[in-house]
Amino acid sequence: MSLTEDLTTGSDKEQADRTSRNKLLYAAGGLVAFLVALALLSHVPGSTGQIAASMLRVAIQPQTAALAVAVIGLNIHFGYTGLLNMGQAGFMMLGAYGFSIAIWKGQPMIVGILAGFAAAFVFALLLGIPTLKLRGDYLAIVTISAAEILRYTGRLAKLENFTGAAQGIPGSQYRGPFADLSFLPQDTNWTFPFTKLTYPLTGTDDWWTRLVAWLVVALCSYFVFLLARSPWGRLLRGVREDEDAIRSLGKNVFAVKMQALIIGGLFGALGGIIFILPSSMQPDAMGRNLTFFAWTALLLGGAATVFGPVLGSILFFSVRIFLQGITDAVLPSGLMNTQQTEQFAWICIGVMLMLIVIFRPQGLVGDKRELRFNV
Amino acid sequence: MESRAVVWQAPVTKILAAFFLTILTLAAVAAVQPARASASASLCLPSANNSCITSTVRSDSGVIAGAEVRVTGPGGVDETLTTDEAGKFSLSVTETGEYTLVLVPESLDESLTVTNGSVTLNVPRMNRVRAPVFGVRTADYSATTSFSDQLINGAFSGLRLGLLLALASIGLSLIYGTTGLSNFAHAEQVTLGGMLGYLFVNQWGLGLLVGAPLVLIAAGFTGWFQDRVLWMPLRRRGLGLAQMMIVTIGLSLTLQYVYQFFIGASTVKVLVFNPTPQSLGPISYTYPDLIAMAVSVVVISLVGYALLRTRVGRATRAVSDNPALASASGIDVDRVIRLVWIVATTLAGLSGLLYSLVIQRGMRWDSGMQILLLLFAAVTLGGLGTAFGALIGALIIGMVVELTPVLGAPGDLKYASALLILILLLMVRPQGLLGRAERVG
Repeated sequence: MSLTEDLTTGSDKEQADRTSRNKLLYAAGGLVAFLVALALLSHVPGSTGQIAASMLRVAIQPQTAALAVAVIGLNIHFGYTGLLNMGQAGFMMLGAYGFSIAIWKGQPMIVGILAGFAAAFVFALLLGIPTLKLRGDYLAIVTISAAEILRYTGRLAKLENFTGAAQGIPGSQYRGPFADLSFLPQDTNWTFPFTKLTYPLTGTDDWWTRLVAWLVVALCSYFVFLLARSPWGRLLRGVREDEDAIRSLGKNVFAVKMQALIIGGLFGALGGIIFILPSSMQPDAMGRNLTFFAWTALLLGGAATVFGPVLGSILFFSVRIFLQGITDAVLPSGLMNTQQTEQFAWICIGVMLMLIVIFRPQGLVGDKRELRFNV
Repeated sequence: MESRAVVWQAPVTKILAAFFLTILTLAAVAAVQPARASASASLCLPSANNSCITSTVRSDSGVIAGAEVRVTGPGGVDETLTTDEAGKFSLSVTETGEYTLVLVPESLDESLTVTNGSVTLNVPRMNRVRAPVFGVRTADYSATTSFSDQLINGAFSGLRLGLLLALASIGLSLIYGTTGLSNFAHAEQVTLGGMLGYLFVNQWGLGLLVGAPLVLIAAGFTGWFQDRVLWMPLRRRGLGLAQMMIVTIGLSLTLQYVYQFFIGASTVKVLVFNPTPQSLGPISYTYPDLIAMAVSVVVISLVGYALLRTRVGRATRAVSDNPALASASGIDVDRVIRLVWIVATTLAGLSGLLYSLVIQRGMRWDSGMQILLLLFAAVTLGGLGTAFGALIGALIIGMVVELTPVLGAPGDLKYASALLILILLLMVRPQGLLGRAERVG
């Protein structure tokens, strides 16, 4: 899939296409097998069953889907274009604020979604203009700073009537229009066959949100699949591999980077909207660490792949629960309390991020040749 | 190789010795101050079976003696305490939970107005000291602090913060200059200074005199260790800078949760003390403030001197300029980078120790993370990779942060204002204040 391969002869290209398609099939099959195995294991009595059940629960929760969408955006930034966006949580927050504030103030849902997109669009423009002509780490520093400025501003006590300040906006203020769209019956609990997952069909934290969230993930993945195969997608990879070469071909590198930043940012905003649907809009939930989680998920799954972000997000959440559950179950209870096992799981996540980058920079399904670039 | 190694060793030891000697002397001065303060406050000592609620009631004109504080809390605690002549009160409690302290207005002089007379605090477990703060003002308080006075006082606080930021950002800048790495885990090195201070001074009771040098040695060791086991092997492997930056993010996450693992969400203090504010004209300060600032100035000057005048410093600047050329002229680049890591982490540790002593009066697991962006702003503002630029950048950022509330912006935005200035500057002068005008990117 890399540039050089695009230039090779037809049969080689077919071969490469077939390998990457096989890889995709293996990864998708592996993921399905993983979920099925969790569902089966959750019936085992004792702590094994409990761990499997909670892993399955977080694997399909709406927040996982939300992170996946944001990571798909980050993949356009980093995986395809090589932009070091350290402020994806800022894009998510803008989407979420736009959506929740507009509906809270009595606007229809479509206005809310558009408001979120518009905010992310303007944010991307503002960030891109001063930094996209500079070396990559400037973008990193500016995006992380700007995302933090947004969070500080959202938390301002003076803006309480507009953003809800540090408390944020409760879900009940904006969930209504989305729940009204549901064609599933209200307040009826439903258990997914052969699992222990029981949620209301429509209500708070319901199947409806899960259905829509994962549908959005599928659509976004398909969109990126088409983008990556298009001439524009090749241009993105060209910018990533060798900016000067693309410039010498007469392309406007700055414009290409800006387009990538905006499109990835819009995915971030969409992810933010999904992120707050089952819970509430809290600015502190979308701080730096959320950006870092998105990066971990992206690198875990594999940057510059279509399926990597989805795989990475699901694994990111379920591996953490797995680690926490295992430590809880295996260690004698006096050694660590529940909080400490949770923190222990996070420590492992941090170490995992380092190890992935060092030993398997292509992630689970990536192609190592795609990640030779240096920003 | 051997002879060069010897040439190398001499200045390094000399600098390090001078460095620690200065710290030692200054720490000695610092250690005297809290000892004097704590002499009259030893009314309650926390132990495994009890926690202490202790504080000083004061207004802007001084401490208030004879004020009454009513404490209610779990286990039927309902006591009224009277402050002593130093304005202090303390209570030993044996149960965890929420305590409410109310300042009895009738016990105060009529010229005083209470701005915050009721404090609710949580005692999470035993062996803790909690210090509630009441707000009391003299009637003519607002009249005495004019705008210019606030401005001067804000500038003083800005200088104090700027100097401490400079300590940490010089290290960050040196690392960037010599290796090209934006180290996101530098903030955790700052936190580490406060954490180690808490461990050595507060928990092990070593005293600041012994504890502070130990903190610096331990912090420096983490730098050596990191470079030895992580960064040098990665450089050898030729891992890209973007990937290395993500490794620092992983390290940052790991360390944050390691701190949380040990101390949870609480704020740990290096020293439990309540320095008496002095005032010089409009400036209000405490002795620890002055000591911290003096230490920073001395250490920063030492680093500056080392960079400009010593062989090691010249070698460091040569590596910053052009590693390949430096290597070709016989400089052992790896050794320079190793030294830079040691110095950078030591400086960050010192910064964290002082930060937790005088600015935040304690350290939380995410305290470093809160100032990381200020550090990056300082470094970028001054010009990525230039140590003196980092100093100037840090002073500017410190001033901006402390002056923003004075100039009328909401206090919550004081960190945001520094970042905004960074973004604006990048639009007009992307290479930073002291950076060379060259094409970056």
